[in-house]
Amino acid sequence: MNAAFTHKPAPDRPPPRISVGAVGWMRDNLFSSWMNTALTIVAVYILITLIPPFVQWALLDANWGGRDRSICDANKDGACWTFIKVRFLQIMFGLYYGANPDQVWRPVLAFALLIALAIPLFVESFPYKRYVSIGLLVVFPFVGYGLIHGQWFGLPVAETSQWGGFMLTFVLASVGIVCALPIGILLALGRRSNMPLVRTLSVSYIEFWRGTPLITILFMASVMLPLFFPAEVDFDKVARAMIGIALFQSAYTAEAIRGGLQAMPRGQFEGADAMGLKYWQSMRLIILPQALKISIPGIVNSFIELFKDTSLVAIIGLLDLLNMAQTASRSIEWKGYDIEAYLFAALLFWICCYGMSRYSQALERKLDTGHKH
Amino acid sequence: MTTLRADAVNQAPNQDPRSLIIEMKQVNKWFGEFHALKDIDLSVEPGERIVICGPSGSGKSTMIRCINRLEEHQKGDIIVDGIELTADVKHIDNVRREVGMVFQHFNLFPHLTVMENCTLALIWVRRMPKKDAEEAAMKYLERVKIPEQAQKYPGQLSGGQQQRVAIARSLCMNPKVMLFDEPTSALDPEMIKEVLDVMIELAEEGMTMLCVTHEMGFAKTVANRVMFMDGGEIVEQNKPDEFFTNPQYDRTKLFLSQILQH
Ligand SMILES: Nc1ncnc2c1ncn2[C@@H]1O[C@H](COP(=O)(O)OP(=O)(O)O)[C@@H](O)[C@H]1O
Ligand SMILES: [Mg+2]
Repeated sequence: MNAAFTHKPAPDRPPPRISVGAVGWMRDNLFSSWMNTALTIVAVYILITLIPPFVQWALLDANWGGRDRSICDANKDGACWTFIKVRFLQIMFGLYYGANPDQVWRPVLAFALLIALAIPLFVESFPYKRYVSIGLLVVFPFVGYGLIHGQWFGLPVAETSQWGGFMLTFVLASVGIVCALPIGILLALGRRSNMPLVRTLSVSYIEFWRGTPLITILFMASVMLPLFFPAEVDFDKVARAMIGIALFQSAYTAEAIRGGLQAMPRGQFEGADAMGLKYWQSMRLIILPQALKISIPGIVNSFIELFKDTSLVAIIGLLDLLNMAQTASRSIEWKGYDIEAYLFAALLFWICCYGMSRYSQALERKLDTGHKH
Repeated sequence: MTTLRADAVNQAPNQDPRSLIIEMKQVNKWFGEFHALKDIDLSVEPGERIVICGPSGSGKSTMIRCINRLEEHQKGDIIVDGIELTADVKHIDNVRREVGMVFQHFNLFPHLTVMENCTLALIWVRRMPKKDAEEAAMKYLERVKIPEQAQKYPGQLSGGQQQRVAIARSLCMNPKVMLFDEPTSALDPEMIKEVLDVMIELAEEGMTMLCVTHEMGFAKTVANRVMFMDGGEIVEQNKPDEFFTNPQYDRTKLFLSQILQH
């Protein structure tokens, strides 16, 4: 056979050595240029100076044992987790449950119920989602309130003013989120309505609440509201905070959703109209599922902000996670251990916010049907 | 400007207005100051296949979108299947049940599967049980030759397939009239034929169709009337062979010479 007609592919050459393995990766990503190399060195230096001492303090030398500060005072080089351990119930559940550990099963049970009801909603194949949702949104609030507040079923009363800590943060944020979503959807639709009155009302509402800082709203709710009502009407502080937060949050949610609505191409509205769907049908079935999907990052972002902003309820004398941790660290028994208190609060905040953020990313991936408008 | 009245070229001698499926009388529409439709008169009998052509911006889309009230006309009457289009939402809904529309950009719902796209209106507008709706939808998906794509999302299909789904979606409602607004102009050339084939089949089965399109081959094959619009007016309309061989107006001649060059 003539050699000219036989094509012999050249044998594969090995990849260039520097692009494989850990060394290759480091060369590509950490030392690709002089600038990059310098930044890498600075970063490594900072990490080396910060992390080992922190680990030493927070873990290796830390104090875990005992029930009072004597053990921590004896070893000032380590963190005093004894303090967190002793005041754990107070930081998690507030003053009443901190002082009545035998009653702590009540909020724990409420929380467990909440989780038990919520989990099926995230299971794709679960058939009774509708009933569970009703249970969660309509029945659970009463059961949860009954458990945590007491009075019904002869449970000792835990006044809402004695609620606090992580529990209060969680309750305020979830009520805010759950109320803000439907109100926000209505406001966002109202803002784009053809009816001038509806549109004006929605815009005024949104702009009013967006233009006012949450701290002002809470302050007003606490100081101003009572002025408008007769002295006998004793508005619950927590309820006031909930209403203020929900109204405030709904304006932000509305704006996040409006962004999603605006990103919807006109063709989707026309497609729905041409099929004879009514306004609410086309919103519910066509427009909102897509607009909400687009808005997920914005909505979750505002939820995360809200979760952290609940600390502002300190202005009306409520002690959320952060303020409760701070309060505990200022008690006579534990004076001086505020770093531990702040770190613990930060860790809980971080877990919740990071969880929300990851969940939103997973949701976006799940809802992706491969379509780009 | 005088226009040839539609009845002048209607093949059927029947002039009884009650037998008309669409009747537009002296319809005018403005977008703000801009006069988009000028004294449109149009009568369509059941079973007619009308192709509408004309330069871009001449008001073709606006005219057919008035028929299912995606655009609101300000003057004149539009009567579809005996129902007058007014601001009355009930009338609008009733007309939309009878009129299917296929858009240039398909307007499928990307978050729903092909099957769900097709059954949506059956379930929510016709109140049909889901199972029956799926059966009906499957029948039409078979007719447009993509039953095997039923569980996919529109984003996973080619343009031609998406447009065929859009046609099936409209057909599911069993409409009396189908409106097509440039159904092939967003498609890659190799996909145009598969969509036109479906439309030709539909025409052969006797569907009443109004198609805005510049596919003149399609017009010659299926249309019984071709209509030329310019500047918001129906300039001229005629049977296809007359229309193409013997256009009456310079504007038509110019347009045809431009479009037939390709
Ligand atoms: N929503 C609208 N607002 C303002 N002007 C419009 C609107 N829709 C269409 N027009 C104008 O009306 C004219 C006719 O448009 P259209 O019916 O889409 O033309 P065609 O479909 O023949 O290309 C064009 O000049 C267009 O700019
Ligand atoms: Mg057009």
